[in-house]
Amino acid sequence: MKLLLSWLREYVDVDLPVPELARRLIDATAEVESWETIGADWDPERIRVAQVVAIEPHPNADRLRLATVETGAGRQQVVCGAPNVAVGQKVAFATEGALLVDGHTGEKAKLKLRPIRGVESAGMVLSEKELGLSDSHEGILVLPDDAVIGRPLVEQLGDVLFDISTWANRADLLGVLGLAREVSALVSRPLREPATSYSEGGPAIDSLASIVIQDPDLCPRFTASVIQGVTIGPSPAWMQERLLRHGMRPINNVVDITNYVMIETGQPLHAFDYDLVRGKTLIARRATPGEKLVTLDGVEREFDGQMVLVCDGEGAVSVAGVMGGGNSEVSERTTNVLLEVATWVPGNIRRTSMYLKLRSEASLRFEKGLGPEMVEFAHRRALHLFEQLTGGTISKGMIDVYPGKQPPRTIILPAARIEQVLGFAIATDDVRRIFTDLGFLCHHLPPDRYSVQPPYWRPDVLIADDLIEDLARIHGYDKLPATKLRGSLPEPEPRPVEDLRERVRDLAVGLGFQEIITYSLTEKQKLERVVAPEDVRRRAPLSVVNPVAARHTYLRTSLRAGLLETYAANRRQHDGPLRLFEVGQEFLPVEADLPHERKVFCGLVGGTRETRWAKAGEDRIDFFDAKGAAEAVLGALGIPGAFKAAVEYGLLEGHTARISAGKEAVGLVAQVHPETASAFDIDEPVFMVELWLEDLVRVLPERPAYLAPSRFPEMRHDLALLIDTATPASRLIDIVRSHRSGAVRVTADIFDEYRGKGVPEGKKSLAVAVRYQAEDRTLTDEDVARIETGLLKRLEKELGAVRR
Amino acid sequence: MTVSQAAPEDLRAEALAALSGATDEAALEQWRAEWLGRQDGRVTLLLRAVREQPADQRAAFGQAANAVKQALEAALGERQDALKQAALKTLSTTAALDVTLPGRPQTIGRLHPVTQTMRDCVKAFQEMGFRVAEGPEVEWSAYNFDAMRIPDDHPARDMWDTIWVDTLLNGERKMLLRTHTSPNQARVMERTPEPPVRVIVPGKCYRQEATDATHEWMLTQIEGLAVDEGVRMSDLKGVLYEFARKMFGQDRKVIFHHSYFPFVEPGVEMAMDCFICRGSGADCRTCHGTGWIEILGAGMVHPEIIENAGYDSARVTGFAFGLGVERVALLRWGIEDIRHFYANDLRFLGQF
Ligand SMILES: [Zn+2]
Repeated sequence: MKLLLSWLREYVDVDLPVPELARRLIDATAEVESWETIGADWDPERIRVAQVVAIEPHPNADRLRLATVETGAGRQQVVCGAPNVAVGQKVAFATEGALLVDGHTGEKAKLKLRPIRGVESAGMVLSEKELGLSDSHEGILVLPDDAVIGRPLVEQLGDVLFDISTWANRADLLGVLGLAREVSALVSRPLREPATSYSEGGPAIDSLASIVIQDPDLCPRFTASVIQGVTIGPSPAWMQERLLRHGMRPINNVVDITNYVMIETGQPLHAFDYDLVRGKTLIARRATPGEKLVTLDGVEREFDGQMVLVCDGEGAVSVAGVMGGGNSEVSERTTNVLLEVATWVPGNIRRTSMYLKLRSEASLRFEKGLGPEMVEFAHRRALHLFEQLTGGTISKGMIDVYPGKQPPRTIILPAARIEQVLGFAIATDDVRRIFTDLGFLCHHLPPDRYSVQPPYWRPDVLIADDLIEDLARIHGYDKLPATKLRGSLPEPEPRPVEDLRERVRDLAVGLGFQEIITYSLTEKQKLERVVAPEDVRRRAPLSVVNPVAARHTYLRTSLRAGLLETYAANRRQHDGPLRLFEVGQEFLPVEADLPHERKVFCGLVGGTRETRWAKAGEDRIDFFDAKGAAEAVLGALGIPGAFKAAVEYGLLEGHTARISAGKEAVGLVAQVHPETASAFDIDEPVFMVELWLEDLVRVLPERPAYLAPSRFPEMRHDLALLIDTATPASRLIDIVRSHRSGAVRVTADIFDEYRGKGVPEGKKSLAVAVRYQAEDRTLTDEDVARIETGLLKRLEKELGAVRR
Repeated sequence: MTVSQAAPEDLRAEALAALSGATDEAALEQWRAEWLGRQDGRVTLLLRAVREQPADQRAAFGQAANAVKQALEAALGERQDALKQAALKTLSTTAALDVTLPGRPQTIGRLHPVTQTMRDCVKAFQEMGFRVAEGPEVEWSAYNFDAMRIPDDHPARDMWDTIWVDTLLNGERKMLLRTHTSPNQARVMERTPEPPVRVIVPGKCYRQEATDATHEWMLTQIEGLAVDEGVRMSDLKGVLYEFARKMFGQDRKVIFHHSYFPFVEPGVEMAMDCFICRGSGADCRTCHGTGWIEILGAGMVHPEIIENAGYDSARVTGFAFGLGVERVALLRWGIEDIRHFYANDLRFLGQF
């Protein structure tokens, strides 16, 4: 909504500085986005109102004349080329040095006076173009007769145009008058409503037209009048000027009046050419599905059975509350006008305009909910202007079909509720003043209640708390104290998965991984690269109807695609190692319900290790880096993970392990299949860790198993063992770990694997550090040798392992 | 035995001469082995030869041999010390480092700046007694809109451009990507039979919106909700004031101004004074010269929503707020473009 300060001032005296006015409006009423000062460049000293007192021909040029102007500080003679200059006109007069728009170049420049065809000129009589008001260069700007000679032009014609975003519940603020009512309350100055008087010189309205509301559930009120004998022509300059400033194109006096009154009051109106209305009757009814009408914008529209049409005796003439039809449009040939001022049900108008993709100034207002009582004021205001500006005669009486009439709404506001909601009390006098200034009827019901009746333009006010908001915002939120919440705290809800997610995030960061956050919406083909065809659930991701871009159409069912994409994008920028992770949700479809938002950790590593001074070296990050990260996370969580070779889609066979803990499968560690990586533009080995947080949480110990550090030293003895290449090293470790001899605990770590020269075909050599720990004594070499012998026997029997 | 036995004094002179020729650790060790070696060092042999001396000379010989051993050991010690000192000297002179060369890279992982900011925000509210809950990102429109008093065909729906999920239930489109975290007001109250409720709900939201430097279609919000007897709008101001000070400095000031959200009454927006220009910068990039930075929308929970939760709105009141985490992150680091967050460029992420 635009707001012209001069228009606002017609209804309320406001002399606050513009930024202050804007701030008050923002604090209490609506968002002032910006404002533009008209005449900001007009030097008050050098550009003033003057009057033309004499005109003589130029001695040396036929097309130029010499005008004498009264400037208020003496008479001056100027050379003037404008055809429309005439004695008696009030004009804008500039003297040397005034900053003006150059009529030829369009640039701003200071006025330099020089003789024109041999005659000195004391100044310049200005056109709209030179003042930057328009491109019109045709003639000089003629000011109203009441302009004061010698007054700076900026005071006469300067203005401020605000750009205001109003809130969705305040249709009344989509009218200058509505904003004026707010300003009036904000500055505590009285409101002057515009004139609505007119004479009813025409025949009784009932003899001219009739109105039928067939669907009163969608049309609470419909009023109409007829204006006969109008002379179609341009509307006056002041009206056109204001319409233009509010972004509306002037058309003719009749249409302009309806638009003007809409901007002024917020209530849309529609003028039909009376003689084109068949049957002289208007009917408000639901459309027959498939019914059509060419609207004023020349487009043929088709309607469904929910949309409301205004029809005449034969068919549709207007889309109710949205746009009129071309078949009954006011034109130059119009002599009689049928004026419609009606109220429509907001949701229905919004639906219609959305479905038709036709949002008009009228529909934007109706959809926010205009009170049906606004109709009458706007109607009378329009008739006042019709009488003044079209020469028409107004019918006697007004058709007013009003099935939605409601008794005035009275709301009881207990004074204690104000303090209960806001945290501070507002004095009775202030309460009464604020409501009265806003146009509410307010009665104090002693000792501690108010009876409040909202004005007809405020259908948004329904309950006591709505009233409290009006009090709070006008009283000023700066008076709201800041207090501390009192009362008891609620029981905490346990959030095991979320807590685990945050721990895993921290652990990944501790392991040198960078967190990324990718979009939840992706492309189906990207998901298909990482999700197995037989995984039907993940292969059937949910899609959205209206994605922001085609590449964000499907809700991801795997985090892998996002990580691979991000890896590829960053590889273009960086040498050396990349370690990325995301903790996010897979959206797994569920029949007839919201999807399962499964929380998953996914990490991706690859590249060469950095050498000294951040140079990428030769040594590559490999599977065991990824696995090491998984083990570190599990270890820190106190979860003993088991890794088992697995075959998984999109991952390289022989380089993939499934992680389990207890009975739960909790994740994967793998080299991404080179072809999958390549599909994401990655041409180097990359390794992935995936941890399924919802499964992991089921095996998460409440606290780590604690073991007091032993007072006795641990004995270590290394072994080199040969086993079949096909035997997983984990079996060897498991056997060692399960080996107990008395109270001696045996653990083992593999520190090397070797195949090749010196090792028989089909075997591998594992270097194992075996550690022995007794809780009650220091072990002797003999103890260790004895246990080792037993262990070696068992390894040989169970695994065929022999010492190398 | 006919080992020609040099006199101890001669041995000492010879040994010391040899020692002065030993200039490194290896030569010293070789010298030690030759002279003082436990098995066949020449001084060791000398000492062993004591027994072979005639009885009357044995004591004197022994004494002399011992003196030689001690002298040689002392000389060796000195020599070793000197060498150690020389080596240390070399370390700090000719082997001195160019300490301005960069350190060896150590891998440090980082949380995404949105996660960091989210955690700081969550912590600020937790310190004020707020619990934390989460809700679904894919949501029913009944929760996202209807429960929040934004029925179909309500113009307030323009405030949230919605991405709809392409599924029909009973022929109707009912599933969407939540446009705000507010549906969790209803979800949390639904599972809390009796107040108090004091909770924040962080999470991602989605908007069908063109992106630019200040708009992103995926965003992170924190919903706040406190419902109980005696919860007042002044408490809302107190909580948000505390939050602003925790996040942006102790000297922050906050103001409320009127706003509208269908699910609160009264509704406000909160701004805090600009911590960059402190209100003095006509061309401040952060506050655009207004001196104030809008950071969130808030208000008192609409009585109808309180009633829908089964609470008595005459006794129970509440406040709610919705905070944009990316906005807080943009402000605290002076980031110029919101689109950096989900572009995941390590040149960006590596800075936080
Ligand atoms: Zn600033």
